[in-house]
Amino acid sequence: MDTKEKIINSVKEKFGEAVVEISDFRNDLSITIAKDRLIDVAKFLKENPELQFVMCKDVTAIDWATRKNRFTTVYHIYSFKLNFTLRLKVNIEENPPAVESVVSIWPSAEWYERETFDMYGIEFLNHPDLRRMYMPESFEYHPLRKDFPLLGISGSMPLPEKME
Amino acid sequence: MGLEAKLTKDGFITTTIDAVIAWARKNSVYPMPMGISCCAIEMIAATDPKYDIARFGSEVMRFTPRQCDLMIVAGTVTYKMAQVVRRIYDQMPEPKWVIAMGACTSSGGMYRSYNVVQGIDQFLPVDVYTAGCPPRPENLLNALMTIQAKIGKTKARDFKDKPMVDLELARN
Repeated sequence: MDTKEKIINSVKEKFGEAVVEISDFRNDLSITIAKDRLIDVAKFLKENPELQFVMCKDVTAIDWATRKNRFTTVYHIYSFKLNFTLRLKVNIEENPPAVESVVSIWPSAEWYERETFDMYGIEFLNHPDLRRMYMPESFEYHPLRKDFPLLGISGSMPLPEKME
Repeated sequence: MGLEAKLTKDGFITTTIDAVIAWARKNSVYPMPMGISCCAIEMIAATDPKYDIARFGSEVMRFTPRQCDLMIVAGTVTYKMAQVVRRIYDQMPEPKWVIAMGACTSSGGMYRSYNVVQGIDQFLPVDVYTAGCPPRPENLLNALMTIQAKIGKTKARDFKDKPMVDLELARN
């Protein structure tokens, strides 16, 4: 049984109804799961001795703008045992854009989730320190959202006063 | 040469204080190297023996703004960095000049984006803009020579009693 089948089978066997979609595009395996089961699936993937996805390489998001569930959060996790990178996806609605934080499972996700919060305004519940990462703390918008203009919103970030 | 011949013959020269001070000032411009990104590499290259900014008396890059009179802003200035750049500029004693080195500092350059200030002249009084991405060291030297020409035309009393900006040190 090859690696992908092994992952798919063990996830399907344990979380059959929570698996929304499985796609294998250009040799990248993505598993979309229901929002309320994210923590369970993540814990399983990390702690199952056959899988051991112990490393969270990235957390990011996608803004689909017009889709019903507007945002997707994406987790890239890696197993040293299988030498395999798996993509976990969770679709979340626009109001409120919130999903459970995976920091309790992968501590490295802390800053990734902060970045995603900064850029997309997605709230990670039970995150230990959900502050902005790049933008000034007084900034009110989320720049990677599709409705944010490329050149920003005039006056939203303070500049020092002009001299003379 | 002329000066020595004059001095050995007459023992004195006549000039004005303004001319002497401007001459001294323009030939010992201390730059503040505000190297924020890739332009900084070309700024450093301008100090090496091949281009040798020392020929213009500006080899002493001081890493404290309080000893500088020329700020070379070399790199992309983001809105967050703008506060820092301005704060350092405020700490420089009068008289002071600013070179906007490269496309990013002059106009935002290729970063036409929400996070980059589209030209540092929005918050600093720029004296010379330098084209290029990044500009060649010769271009920076040309900017420096332009500044020197500008300084050469100043009069000492132009800067008399010019106060330093209130630094609000308590804010730190």
